[in-house]
This record gives sequence, C-alpha cells and structure tokens, in this order.
Amino acid sequence: MSIKVLLPTAFVRHTDGVKKVDSAATNLPGLVDDLGVKFPALGAHIKDEQGKLRPFINVYVNDEDIRFLGGESHTFEDGDEIMLIPSIAGGCV
Amino acid sequence: MSSGACAPYDLKCKECGKSYGNQPLSICDECFSPLEVFYDLDAVKGSVTRESIAAGPASIWRYRALLPIPEGFQPDLPVGFTPLVKANNLGKRLGASDIYVKNDAVCFPTLSFKDRVVAVALANARYFGFDTVGASSTGNLANSVAAQAARLGLKSCILIPADLEPAKILNTLIYGARLVRIDGNYDHVNRLCSLIADQYNWGFVNVNLRPYYAEGSKTMGYEIAEQLGWRLPDNVVVPMAGGSLIRKIKKAFDELVYLGIVEAKHVKFFGAQATGCSPITHAVKNNLERHEPQKPNTIARSLAIGNPADGPYAARLIRDTGGWGEDVSDVEVVSGIQELAETEGIFTETAGGVTTAVTAKLFAQGRIGKDETTVVCITGNGLKTTDVLQGRYDIGRAVKPRLAEFDAYLRELDGLPAEEAELVAQ
Repeated sequence: MSIKVLLPTAFVRHTDGVKKVDSAATNLPGLVDDLGVKFPALGAHIKDEQGKLRPFINVYVNDEDIRFLGGESHTFEDGDEIMLIPSIAGGCV
Repeated sequence: MSSGACAPYDLKCKECGKSYGNQPLSICDECFSPLEVFYDLDAVKGSVTRESIAAGPASIWRYRALLPIPEGFQPDLPVGFTPLVKANNLGKRLGASDIYVKNDAVCFPTLSFKDRVVAVALANARYFGFDTVGASSTGNLANSVAAQAARLGLKSCILIPADLEPAKILNTLIYGARLVRIDGNYDHVNRLCSLIADQYNWGFVNVNLRPYYAEGSKTMGYEIAEQLGWRLPDNVVVPMAGGSLIRKIKKAFDELVYLGIVEAKHVKFFGAQATGCSPITHAVKNNLERHEPQKPNTIARSLAIGNPADGPYAARLIRDTGGWGEDVSDVEVVSGIQELAETEGIFTETAGGVTTAVTAKLFAQGRIGKDETTVVCITGNGLKTTDVLQGRYDIGRAVKPRLAEFDAYLRELDGLPAEEAELVAQ
C-alpha cells in the first residue's frame, strides 16, 4: 500500500525542498502524522491545536476534494495521488 | 494622480500575523493561511480627507492613498466611480423607501466590478516585473484582465471552466488574450492555477497577486460612502462567490471611520448566493464555523464557487454585523434580472439577478427595515449573460410601414380580437 503525496510550494521551506513523497498512510489523520514523522518541521506547522490539519489546507484525492469523499474517514487506495493545496481561491466576488 | 501621501502598506498573515513586506505571495508559510494587506493608517490621518479625495479624478484612483499602489505607478484608465442610483421604482415594489443601487454593470472598461480589482492587481504585477499575467475566472475577471493587460502592454493567459457563457469567452479573446478552457468547474480551474503559479513566473491576479487584487474591492465601499454624502448606509446587500467583496466593503467602511472621514455607524451586511451554489449562505443559516464545499449547479456562473476561500470570514462578518445570508433559485435569478431592468433601467447579469432577488426576499422576510438606507451592489452587466433570457421574449411579427397597420398591431398586442383590430385599422 503506497500513495503519492504532492506538497505545495508553501510547504517546501519545511521539507528541505521536497515536493513529492510516498506514504503508506491509509487515511488523512494517518497522512498528517506520517508527514510529521518524515518532515518534523512541517508537522509542527500543518497541525492546529487539536493535532488536526489546519483548516486552510485543502486535500484532494485523485482530483476530488476529500470532503466530498467523507473527509477524515475516507480510506486511501493503493496508487492514490493526494494533493495538499492551501486555499487561495478567488473568482468573482 | 494621487491625492496626498499614501498609507504605507505590507503583507501580513491574517491568522498568525507574520509580516512579509511586499511580494507576489498569498499564503503564509508558517500556518498556510491567506495573507492580507495591512496599512499604517495613522500615517495619513488628517491628510486623507473628504476634500483631498474629492480633488482626485472621477475614478478609483481618487482613493489611491488607501490602496496598495506602488510608488511611481501612473494609472491611466478611469476605472470605477460608477453611479449610485436611488432606486425608487424598485423600492416601491419591495416596500422600501430608501434603497440605492450601486451600478457596476457600467464599470469601466469591461462592465463589471472586476475592473476595480484588476486595476490594483496589474499595477502590482508591473511593479513586481511580470511580463505575463493570468487569472482563473468565471468570466468577468477574464474579460477585465485581458482588456487591462492589453492596455498596459502585458501578455495574458486566462483559464476558465470550459462551459462558460459564449459572450464572456468572446469578451476575453477580443483583447488578444491566450484563453485556456479547462474541462472542469471553477474550483478545478482555480486549483490548477495555484499549481501553474508555482511553476511559471506569471502574475496570477487571484493567486500570487491575490492580496493586492482583493484590496481593489474596497473602492466599492469608499464610493458608496462618498456618494451617500459621506455617510454609511444601514444595510448593504452583496453577492458572494469567493466571499471577498463583502469583507472588503466592510474594511473600506472601517477605514473611513478610523480616518474620521465618516461617522461610525452599525452597518448590517447581507450576502446573496444562488441556491445551486450556496456554501456561504448555508453556513450562515446553519451557524457553521466553516462552510461545507458544494458542487455548483446554477445559471449564476459568476458566483459558482463551491469552495470559497473567504467563505469562513464572510459568514462570520454577516453574523457579527447582525445581517443575514440568503439564496434564490435560478427561476428567481431570471425574475431578479427582469425586475431590475423593468424598474430601474439597469440590465444586470445573473449575479445581479441573484442580488436583486435576494434583496426582495430579505425585505419580504422583514430582515431589512423598509425605511432604512439600503445599498444593493450590482456587480456585472446583462449583455454578458443573455443566454439565460433565450425564449423569454416574443419579438413579434414584422409590421408593414403603414400607420393603420401599426394601429392594428398595437391593438393586437393589447389583446383585441383580430377582426376588431382590423375594423379599427380601417
């Protein structure tokens, strides 16, 4: 079981420039923990006081927002591509 | 063109407060929250006055001292300063005695409020040395970036959802912009743009230039206050897509109060969305701290952002000011467009239909008092979304160029039987 994780440029200061990483995590809380192990500096920044992923970071599983898939309870599958992108959005008004 | 000294400004994280100076950046690298432009307003207290503003040009540049405009930038497009019209006819229909329409359907140069934000973004794009600018857009932003980039001699590359209205596509291509239609909705387009901005050295107005860009929205708030005779309204009704405009109007009002230019007043903020994409009004109605993202399904495509970046801030603002968030169906959106045109002679696009219909609903619900001063923000022009009116009007038959034929035709339109109309004609 392995997933591919793509990290945004905003993270690289805490990952020594790494933007792609493989993980064996099976769900989002597992991935947040794993990123904290792989990149201790990043772990301290992406978690809020409750140890959860900060609210402005969006998570996409194979192009789908994880919140449409069940959020933290969603189980990753082998080969999934996970993208973490800070919320910047924009649009009209 | 500036009036008086400008307030010094820089980027700070809205959540953790880290300072970033001035650079093309929109995300805090400590807590990954959005960055915002903060000003040292004390530096201009007393020098930015009603008189200094009034002495400026009839455009957003009269507020330059309160905007993040780099020193030395010479604006040459008279963007903004659109009419604020007293809407007595609409008021009669809604039972409102003091209602105004802020009419950005006629904003210069591309007929939407987006001209304001793009003007500020491109001033900064040039300052940061970008030769190509871009945007992820639901249409109006695409038009404005394309037009203003052409004027400034910058290249532009615009990404839009593939199914956008034909008029908005044409209104982008005409300026020579490179347009890329993405097979997905706005949220897909936006996500792709954040990846592109990482890879290409382009100034994306609503990605890496976003903090500056968003400040342009404040000018709508300044204009409302000035055009009301330097006073604040009781209520403002604002359409919401990303949720930025409503916040920036509030920021503008707060700054004017801080500078002593208008008297402090409690203003209620009301947000309008289409029911088919209503994450922010849903959050307001259900008292949610964070909105739940939605998959948009509405004809109001310029508001179709299912995961609005400023959603949590907008919902909080609405609640904190005692306003409300309301949404309307697509049928009501079209009725809203027609109602504003028939009562005030203002032809707005679907987003304006949303705002008008929501305003009617708020009065009907008693959430807005009928004698209070209420400003309805109309942000775009109806000529860009005529497709939603297809089949709504009968253009009638061609009439022969004779007076009798014309008389008969009018009676026919008034519903007289054909034979009787013919008799009258004879």
